Amino acid sequence: MRLLLDLARGMLARRRRQTLVSVTGVALGVAFFIAIAALMRGFQTYFVNQIIDVAPHVTIKDETRTPPAQAVEVLHPDGAIAVHGVKPRDRIRGIRAAGDKVAMLEAMEGVAAAPVLQGQALLRYGSRDVSAVITGIEPARHVRVSNIEKDMTAGRLEDLRVTANGIIIGEALALRLGIGMGDSLAAISPQGVVLSMKVVGLFRTGIQAVDQGHGFALLKVSQVLQDRPNVVNQILIRLADVTQAEPMARRIESRFGDRTESWEEQSANILTVFVIQNAIMYSVTGAILLVAAFGIYNIISTVVFEKIRDIAILKSLGFTEHDIQLLFLIQGLVAGMLGALLGCGLGALMIEGLAQVRFATETPAGQNGFILERDWRIYLAASFFALLSAGIAAVIPARRASRLDPVQVVRGAA
Amino acid sequence: MAPPDAAPPEGAPLLEARGVTRRLPDGPILVHDIDLCFRRGEFVAITGPSGSGKSSLLYLLGLLDRPSRGAVLLEGQDTARLAAADMAALRLAKLGFVFQFHFLLPEFSSVDNVLIPIRRLGRLQGAAARARAMDLLAALGLAEAARKLPEQLSGGMRQRCAIARALANDPALILADEPTGNLDTVNAGAVFDIFARLTRDEGRTVIVVTHDADLAKRATRRIHLVDGAIVSDGPTG
Repeated sequence: MRLLLDLARGMLARRRRQTLVSVTGVALGVAFFIAIAALMRGFQTYFVNQIIDVAPHVTIKDETRTPPAQAVEVLHPDGAIAVHGVKPRDRIRGIRAAGDKVAMLEAMEGVAAAPVLQGQALLRYGSRDVSAVITGIEPARHVRVSNIEKDMTAGRLEDLRVTANGIIIGEALALRLGIGMGDSLAAISPQGVVLSMKVVGLFRTGIQAVDQGHGFALLKVSQVLQDRPNVVNQILIRLADVTQAEPMARRIESRFGDRTESWEEQSANILTVFVIQNAIMYSVTGAILLVAAFGIYNIISTVVFEKIRDIAILKSLGFTEHDIQLLFLIQGLVAGMLGALLGCGLGALMIEGLAQVRFATETPAGQNGFILERDWRIYLAASFFALLSAGIAAVIPARRASRLDPVQVVRGAA
Repeated sequence: MAPPDAAPPEGAPLLEARGVTRRLPDGPILVHDIDLCFRRGEFVAITGPSGSGKSSLLYLLGLLDRPSRGAVLLEGQDTARLAAADMAALRLAKLGFVFQFHFLLPEFSSVDNVLIPIRRLGRLQGAAARARAMDLLAALGLAEAARKLPEQLSGGMRQRCAIARALANDPALILADEPTGNLDTVNAGAVFDIFARLTRDEGRTVIVVTHDADLAKRATRRIHLVDGAIVSDGPTG
C-alpha cells in the first residue's frame, strides 16, 4: 500500500498544475458547502431555538382531532355506516377536568404543565384599536413552561398578581398602540366584556408575530374578559427533553382524548420550508462538487492516458489489475482529500468573513449580522462528500487503466 | 549480484512450451505449435524477420499473454489455468523483463525505479531493499546515477537501469524484447555483455529477441522463427 501511495504521489506531483486545478475545484466546492451550511443551519437552529424557547413544547387544546363517534357508529363498529351533517353539540368549550389533567401531567418526571385561557380581544388606547391574543396565565406555573420572563424588557410576570387587571404586551404591540408602561387601555372581548387594564410589563421575543399580537393577563382576569369562568382552553407543557415532544404529545392525546400538538406539529410549515431550503442548499453545493468531481475525472483520465506505458510495465513487473485500479483510485482520493483539507480551511475563513458582515438595520430576530453555526459535523459532511465524489470520479478511469493489456501497449510502443 | 535462489532440480527444465499456438481473435496465427525447453544458464537468442512471431512467443513465455492452445510450464508448473493475479505473482517473483524502450517511470530516480518490484514483492524491506537496489545499480555501473531521474540518463544508462530493475527480485529467467533496438553498437554490446555474465556467472537463463544477427551470435543458443514456426534451434557459433 505504501508503494502505491508513493507511486500515486509521484504521478500527481509530476502534473502539479493539473492537480492544483482539480484540488482547487474540490476545495471551492467544500468551502461553499461549509459556508452555506453554516449560514442555513445557523439560521434554522436559531429559529427553532426561538420557537422552542417561546412556545410550549406540547400544547393540549380543547378540541378533538376527529369528530366524536356517533352512537350508531359505536353500536356497530364494523357496520357500513356513513354519518353526514352532524351538528356539533352546543357545549361550553374548554378542557374538561383541566385541574386533574395538569396534576397528572405534573406528576410525570421531566414534565411541567400550566393551564391557560387564550382568546381574542380588541385593545383600545385612545383612538387606536389593535386586535391581540390575550393569554390568561398563572404566573407561578407559567414561568415553568415558558421563557417569556427572560424576554421581558420592562416589569415582571409576577407584577400581574400585584396589579388589578394588569396586562403584559409585546413591545411592538405597545408601539402600534402608542402606549407605555403604567398606561391603561381598554380590552374588549368578542363576548362584549370591556375591561380597563394597566400595562405592567413589556416583552420582546424576536418573533414579530408574537411581539405584535400577544398579551398576557392573569388567568382569572382572562376568564372574566372572555366571560368563561373557570374555563381553560389550553394546557401548555414543557419537557426536560425537547426531543420527546412528539412521542409525548401522542401519548397524552391517546390518554386524554384532547387534541395535543407538539411544537414540531405546530411549526410544521416552517420546518417544511427548512427541508426545502436544505434540499436547495445540498443541490447547489452538490452541483459544485459534481463539477469538481469532473475535474478529478479529467485529471485521472489524463494521467491514465499519459501513463499507458507505465501501466504496462507495472503489470509486466507483476502488479495486478487490482493494484493498478487502486493506484489511480488513490490519486483521485488524494486530490479529493487535499481539496477537502484546503476547502475546510477556506470554509472556516469564509465563515469568519461572513461573521464580520453587519447589516445597517437590526433584523426582526434582534440580530444585525448573520447567525452562523460552527459545527465540526458540517466540515466532516463536506469532506465526506468531497472524498466520495472524488472516489467515484476516479473509479472509471482507474478501471480502464487496470484493464489495459500490457502486450498491446508494449507492441504499440515498439 | 547473487545467483537466483529458487533453483529447480538438477537438469529439470526451467521453462517449457508444449504445443503453444497463439491465434488472434480475428484469425491470424502469431505462433504455431511451438515446443521449446529452456534450462538454467542458457543464453538464448530468438531471431527471425519482422512479423515472424518472435515477440509474441516471448510474451507467451513470459506469462504476459496466454496461448490459444498448448501450455507454458514454469519450473514444471502449468500456467494455463492460473488466474491473472497468480500469473502476475509469478512474473513478479520469478521473471524479469527488459523491453526495447526502457519504460522507467519518469517521476522516480533510478534507484526508486529498481526498488518498485522489490517493494511490491516485499521480501526485502527498508534499508535492505535499498541496499539491494544500490548493489544492482553498482554492478551495472550506475552507482553514480542512482539518484538521477531517467531523463538525466543516457540511452545506454537507461537500458542498464531497466536491466537492474528486471534483476531486482533475483529472477531465474530474464526475457528481453529487442533490448538493444534503441542503442548504439557500443551500448548494445555492453547490454549483451551483461546478459552473457548473468548466464555464465550467475546461472540465470536469458532469452533475448533480436534482429541483430551479430549480437545473436553471442548467445549460446539460437532459435530462428519464420511465420510463427521454428525453422531452426541449436547452438550458435
